[in-house]
Amino acid sequence: MTMTFEDFAPGPMGSYGPRHITREEIVAFAREYDPQPMHLDEDAANASLLKGLAGSGWHMGSLMMRMLCDGFLLDTAFLGSLGVNEMKWLAPFRPGDDLMLDVEVLEARGSKSRPTSGVVTLKCSMRNATGRAIAEMVMAIMVDRRADAATREVAP
Amino acid sequence: MNFLEDLQVGQTREFGSFTFTAESIKTFAREFDPQTFHLDEDAAKRSALFGGLAASGWHVASVSMGLRIRDAQRREAEAKARGEDYAAWGPSPGFRDLRWVKPVLVGDTITYASEVTDIRVSATRPGWGIMQASNTAKNQHGVLVMSFTASVFVPQRVTKG
Repeated sequence: MTMTFEDFAPGPMGSYGPRHITREEIVAFAREYDPQPMHLDEDAANASLLKGLAGSGWHMGSLMMRMLCDGFLLDTAFLGSLGVNEMKWLAPFRPGDDLMLDVEVLEARGSKSRPTSGVVTLKCSMRNATGRAIAEMVMAIMVDRRADAATREVAP
Repeated sequence: MNFLEDLQVGQTREFGSFTFTAESIKTFAREFDPQTFHLDEDAAKRSALFGGLAASGWHVASVSMGLRIRDAQRREAEAKARGEDYAAWGPSPGFRDLRWVKPVLVGDTITYASEVTDIRVSATRPGWGIMQASNTAKNQHGVLVMSFTASVFVPQRVTKG
């Protein structure tokens, strides 16, 4: 059943994944969106502060979004994201990593501009298989309340 | 790219522009943000916040990074051609206050710019500093569609040896 604003209460929501990371996807994302040598080439990456080939931070953000979608957002009366309060890139993610996303609801409050919706603030923490924290993000999303969500579903 | 000593608070730079086609919007969304309002024109028309096929916010932000890096690489090549030293910037510890202010719709041309807001020497990494910049993205009507504040490690010209 589709989740609505009423289903979001402060506290842990769930853990999603694992998502296996390949060298090919790290390099493909970097070629298009972040073509720095530390994301493209092992030798350059070894000489950088990252000390080895690692994915772009914007790739990490995009992967978090995909894992949120597959985790629950595609089954939510989700209207869109308003923004990201904070993103911390804590450690590199690398080819072969199996990433898990832990999601916690920090706040759920009614929207002033759209009374039929609410704003849910999520804390998303990505970790690798060894439990090392890779990135932490606080994101605000807009979700419809139940009555409005039901109306939307039966609308032509 | 510039060394830490070359940077000044208030410096601005326009990185470039990108036109979001339906194909590019859907390609990104299929991989990272498969919501109907990023994939399907009809569903997007009915969506409450977008009113038309709209780019994923992560797509809009990622394009910003690509343009910034390509702009920096052009300047690096020019500096090399002049026989000047250039600085290889380090990774970024993160960003904050990212706002997706307005939808980016099919056909919109977004222009990206940045302004240096803070410069300080790193307490933990000798030879490096941290630059903070306010980043903006505006559409062809001059309307702000996205903004965020980002940090990046920038090397000092003379490193202690």
